[in-house]
Amino acid sequence: MELQLTLFLPLVGSILLLFINRENEDLIKKTAFGTSILALFTSIWLYSSFDSSNPDFQFMLDVSWIPAIDAGFRIGIDGMSMLMIMLTTFITPIAIMCSFDSIKKRHKEYYTMVLLLQFGMTGVFASLDLFLFYIFWEIILIPMYFIIGIWGGKDRLYATVKFFLFTVVGSLFMLIAIIWMGYYVGTEILAMDSGFTTNFIAIREVSSQIPFDLQQWLFLAFGLSFFIKVPLFPFHTWLPDAHTEAPTAGSVLLAGVLLKMGTYGLVRFNLDLFPEASIHYADIVSVLAVIGIIYGALVAMIQTDIKRLVAYTSVSHLGFVVLGIFSMTETGLQGAIIQMVSHGLSTGMLFLMIGMLYERRHTRAIIDYGGIAKVMPQHAAFFGIAMFSSIGLPMLNGFIGEYLILLGAFESEVLGSYWYTLFGTTGVVFAAVYLLWMYQRVFLGKIDNPENKKLKDINRFEWSMLVPIVIFIVWIGVYPRTFLSISEQSTEKLVKKIETVYAPMKVELEK
Amino acid sequence: MNELLLASPIVGLSILAIIALVLDARDDKNTNLGFGFALGSFVLTLLLSICGWMGGFDSSTFVADESLSKGALNFEASAYFYDMLFLISAIFSLCAARPYLQRENVESTEFYNLVMFSVAGMMIIAHSASMLTLFVGIEIMSLSFYILAGYFRFNKKSIEASLKYFLLGAFATGFLVYGMAMIYGATGSFYFDEIHLAISSGEVHSFTYLKIGLGLMIVGLAFKAATFPFHQWAPDVYTGSPTPVTTFMSTAGKASAIIAFIIVTAALMPSTTGIELVDLNTSTAQMVIALISALTMIIGNITALVQKDVKRMLAYSSVAHAGYLLMGIVANSASGTRGMTFYITAYLFMQIGSFVIVSIFERNKGENLKFSDYSGLYKKHPLMSALMAIFMLSLAGLPPMAGFFGKLLLFTAAIKSGFTWLTIVAVISSVISMYFYIRLVLNMYFKEPPEDSAMENTGGLASLPVYISAIVILLLGILPFLLDDVILKF
Repeated sequence: MELQLTLFLPLVGSILLLFINRENEDLIKKTAFGTSILALFTSIWLYSSFDSSNPDFQFMLDVSWIPAIDAGFRIGIDGMSMLMIMLTTFITPIAIMCSFDSIKKRHKEYYTMVLLLQFGMTGVFASLDLFLFYIFWEIILIPMYFIIGIWGGKDRLYATVKFFLFTVVGSLFMLIAIIWMGYYVGTEILAMDSGFTTNFIAIREVSSQIPFDLQQWLFLAFGLSFFIKVPLFPFHTWLPDAHTEAPTAGSVLLAGVLLKMGTYGLVRFNLDLFPEASIHYADIVSVLAVIGIIYGALVAMIQTDIKRLVAYTSVSHLGFVVLGIFSMTETGLQGAIIQMVSHGLSTGMLFLMIGMLYERRHTRAIIDYGGIAKVMPQHAAFFGIAMFSSIGLPMLNGFIGEYLILLGAFESEVLGSYWYTLFGTTGVVFAAVYLLWMYQRVFLGKIDNPENKKLKDINRFEWSMLVPIVIFIVWIGVYPRTFLSISEQSTEKLVKKIETVYAPMKVELEK
Repeated sequence: MNELLLASPIVGLSILAIIALVLDARDDKNTNLGFGFALGSFVLTLLLSICGWMGGFDSSTFVADESLSKGALNFEASAYFYDMLFLISAIFSLCAARPYLQRENVESTEFYNLVMFSVAGMMIIAHSASMLTLFVGIEIMSLSFYILAGYFRFNKKSIEASLKYFLLGAFATGFLVYGMAMIYGATGSFYFDEIHLAISSGEVHSFTYLKIGLGLMIVGLAFKAATFPFHQWAPDVYTGSPTPVTTFMSTAGKASAIIAFIIVTAALMPSTTGIELVDLNTSTAQMVIALISALTMIIGNITALVQKDVKRMLAYSSVAHAGYLLMGIVANSASGTRGMTFYITAYLFMQIGSFVIVSIFERNKGENLKFSDYSGLYKKHPLMSALMAIFMLSLAGLPPMAGFFGKLLLFTAAIKSGFTWLTIVAVISSVISMYFYIRLVLNMYFKEPPEDSAMENTGGLASLPVYISAIVILLLGILPFLLDDVILKF
């Protein structure tokens, strides 16, 4: 019940919004915000009844939907999905709050889209049926397409079409893989009446019987979709445009949650269903991840647009997450999961604060700023926290994830080389360079531009958005156990599965 | 007597069409009567075919060989289902046509009459159990279409469309007849079941004739379904014809051609037996159709990509959709037919919806609306834009719209039959198609309307099919089993 509520509340909210008169902006905002807060509370309720010591899926629901192809409305969550759903329900109210002033047209449609987006994101993290998963995955495209296209910046049309097409390319290949696997498992392995199944739990149990060459193709088809979403180098080119042109809330949701759908999919499907193929491709993917870490950082360094700079940091940070995932150790995977949450918080907060600057000054060019800390000291302080969290300063959240990932990559048998860690670590150094340099140019120094002299500092309303994020940034940094323990059992189970697959492969390799 | 009851949708509509012709001869100014009569006939026939589809007519005493038609008609549930599709398409097209024709000042009763005749032809195709009835059906339908395409007598483009369609169509019919003759020569029968039996048991006089015959029939049908390389007529005819006619031709017309394809290939390409027959290699025919299918979707979508005119874009995209539909034929299996039937239904509704919206906003005859004319349509006509967006996303094959589930079934069928490469081609061409479908959405929602925007909703009666189509699209997308279960029972 808790899970269904968390999933469907946003949908109900978005339908409710349709019946409100478009003139009544206040009520529209209140309804949207109220719905998201309600969803936050139900997700807290969900968490309180979630059993972290159970590695299996919980709150399972299996409703028959299309019996002819054995597609069902199957949902359920384990530790990782729990964390991701919490992240979604936490970020969405903040994204809605930051839109109150910055969105100036078509309020009704806007909040409908945001809630629809939340519905899709929660659905992606909760579905245990490949057909259902695919539908949620595609549903997300539509609201995001409109959010960037209608309420975005100057080049929004280009950005939104690019975002749409990139994602669609990946997801259609995933569709082929879903059909192929559904057919193969349904007919060849389980010999079901329907000859087809998309039941994730059933497929997972027999996935080891899928022959290796087929596994490889399936891995690549699923992987392409997720790599584009993450985005892994060299599939990242849609991201800077989409991030830069999206409205603040769009960027926050994109960085905060949408990108995690890719890494979530990699763990949930690629690692769990095709462990052999994952081991086979681990080194190639990890090399790309490390290239992404360094490339993202280097490109971020030379950006002249703050928002674009932060967008490129995502390429770099998500590279860490992918590296952690494909280290296939418990440390690395746990690090990757906690890093997904951390990145959502810190990058989300960075985008939020850039949005606040933009609201006041209407420019994103670094060169237009300088000495902002003098007129907006509180803003500068908060920005500092978000920045240090993003850099990975100890005692803040970013450090935990990156540390665990690098450690995991170091001790990983599958990767079997310390070079990944060595090169990956440079990403942390670069992060310090590009973020501190940007901070220096924007916030420190003298106020050169007279237009910056009149800027007002953040108000109470803005405080109320930032404080919750800061609490979690520090919480994860100081006492990560709270969060690590949620996903610990399910990660351990996954790693054990991979190890049993890896053992015979290792023997063969040593020969 | 029993057979008359079974055949009542066809017989009824044919008689009503002739009565309409007589009424027309007495008083051709009374368009209200013409329209009402046609609509009434369609609704009546629709009820009859629903009755037939639910098994309301007793077929237990029906013996094909002793029947009036000597077994040249089949009365399976699927045929009645196809009847329903044609009739729905006709009713929707009529609703869209009336305000359009009145606006253009060309309304006359023969328009409605011709639509009635063409539907009768389509129903004969769906019910045909012999090559002769199939041919008669195709010809009745095509002849009505030739005239309908040139319905704007004073418009050069419309006449060009009509003439082009007629000349090429007649040529294609020649192929079809020649193919039928060859097959008759090879198997000694016009009946599909006997042909099927002869091929599966290997009692064929000449495999060479059979192969040539099958090839010629594929050419003829590929022309009617507007698939590569015989698709060139389609965009010209579709853009030149009055929009309601295009709506009707590109939905019911295309569906009937694909259904003819299903009937012919089911008989001539035995999927369960006869693979050992050395002389007739089913997989060769499958491969040929697979190539046609692949090229049709790619060429259709790529050409649609560069169009500036929305009607022309939809015309080319309908070519591409014929390519997707052929995937079901390529699969040559029960799941292929199932996927095709679902997709035909979904395609019918989304295509009607989008074409009717185009016709609603069309201004003067001969001048089609471009993408840029749709800019900012959202501001003035939010509902119509939203519905158009639904149709576009469904044509693009995004969930939760019906187009997605149809594609899923077709892809599944193709993969099951080992045509993964074709599925990959289909996916790539889908991606291409996304671009122009969302481009229209982009124009409607993200761009500012031009200063002199003269987009007026002239809907009235024409809005009705749009609403119904949108509801059906969403319903079939979210609850596809409603239709899928029905198809599985065929």
